[in-house]
Amino acid sequence: MITGIRRVVKAGFVGFWRNAYVSLSSVFVITVALFVIGATMMLDQLLVVSLKNLESKVDINVYFVTSAQEADVFVLKNSLEAMPDVASVNYVSKEEVLAQYRNRNQTDTVAMQALDALSENPFGATLIIQAKETTQYENIARFLEDQQLKETSQNPLIDRINYNRTKDAIDRLTSIMGAVERGSFITLMVLIGAAILITFNTIRLAIYTAREEIAVMRLVGASNAFIRGPFLLQGIMYGFVAGTLALLSIYPMLVWVGPKTAEFFEFNVYDYFIQDFAHIFLVIVGIGVVLGFVSSILAIARYLKV
Amino acid sequence: MIYFDNVSKLYNDGRSSAIMEVTFQIEPKEFVSIVGHSGAGKSTLLKMIIAEERPTQGQVFFESQDIHKIPYSKLPYYRRKIGTVFQDFKLLPNKTAYENIAFAMEANGRPDDEIAENVPQALELVGLIDKAWNFPGELSGGEKQRVAIARAIVNQPDIIIADEPTGNLDPVATYEVVQILKKINDLGTTVVMTTHNKGVIDELGRRVITMDGGRVVRDDASGKYVV
Repeated sequence: MITGIRRVVKAGFVGFWRNAYVSLSSVFVITVALFVIGATMMLDQLLVVSLKNLESKVDINVYFVTSAQEADVFVLKNSLEAMPDVASVNYVSKEEVLAQYRNRNQTDTVAMQALDALSENPFGATLIIQAKETTQYENIARFLEDQQLKETSQNPLIDRINYNRTKDAIDRLTSIMGAVERGSFITLMVLIGAAILITFNTIRLAIYTAREEIAVMRLVGASNAFIRGPFLLQGIMYGFVAGTLALLSIYPMLVWVGPKTAEFFEFNVYDYFIQDFAHIFLVIVGIGVVLGFVSSILAIARYLKV
Repeated sequence: MIYFDNVSKLYNDGRSSAIMEVTFQIEPKEFVSIVGHSGAGKSTLLKMIIAEERPTQGQVFFESQDIHKIPYSKLPYYRRKIGTVFQDFKLLPNKTAYENIAFAMEANGRPDDEIAENVPQALELVGLIDKAWNFPGELSGGEKQRVAIARAIVNQPDIIIADEPTGNLDPVATYEVVQILKKINDLGTTVVMTTHNKGVIDELGRRVITMDGGRVVRDDASGKYVV
């Protein structure tokens, strides 16, 4: 048994080496297929993360009247936090709002002079609300509008809600996200399908060139396992080498494109590649190895009928 | 040892036949030549012995076993009892002469030390010890056929089946191959050979089965080539 395995392994390696031309061209074709899958994975990640970044910038701001009591604002804050759609609620006190305004308008002397002329802080406190999904903002906005309607004119609390202004942008972002996610999923599936077909065909051709040998092996009394073993091992080797080469060729591309994506999308694909390398390696090389193995099994079966 | 019992092989739903109602027996240690024109059914007979072809009718026995009742998964074990030599050599092109012969033993599950001992012996017997590490592409036709014979005998089979072993060889190589087969037979292995070559048959002076149109038309104990 052990002798048999050792012989199969040796025959696999020797076959890979002696059929160098066939091995090389097979590995090259599979590398291209896996490279495309890897590049699409990177692109997909880039899109997902940059959309998440964009999404986190969307929020609803509630501006309170200057006379609003801090306690009342916190009651509203607590009831908002109790809503399942709400991811976070940040309270910004009127003093902080003023400080932020001063900070933003340091160079604007007119505004600063006007502000100084006022005896009291003209700004109210603000709540900044973020939803878990962009589709949930509508609910939150409706809840806030209901709250506003319940207030009495003697005791106003909410000054205004900025949802309607940002509604268009939020809606558009929601539909873009859905389209991008669907699109990138379909693209990935199509490319994986193409990679499967290309790999299968390549290995089938490689084994086709050995079809007479396989028949001879049967006729001199070799068992199917003994004949198949070296070819399966070669299929696995094609996949492994091709996966590794694909990752090696993606690397310099990311070194170049990484800083550019960091600038534009606030997401560095190069860093992602390095941090998640184990996972990416497993996926790409894993796809290669499994494809090589399964393709070899399917391709060799028809020549074992002798 | 081998017994053909009323064997026919028909094609196209019985409209054409490769062999018709063939019955004969081969005894151990015999050297049997099967002669006949192209298409007489010689190769089909041999293919039936190695279970590459199935008869449409009748049975072929190896010792007491019906060859065509051997299940597919057990065929390798059966084929290891037979050494096969083909007209076109059928060597593995990516293996050296030595490795081609060793492959038959490896497939048979023989231990390494036995392989290291028997392969050089087989190469010695066919006179190719100095070409052990050449690939088939670097050997002449006669040398390839001698490697194929070495591969066929290395597992010490009960019988050697040779389908036109000299068909692609020049007269000198033909003479050498026949001498080797004769030597193997003298050492006690049954040999069944098909051939076109009158000179080979006349030189051998052994049993000759003559086929014509798929039937056995003559079976002489020490025959001459008469077609």
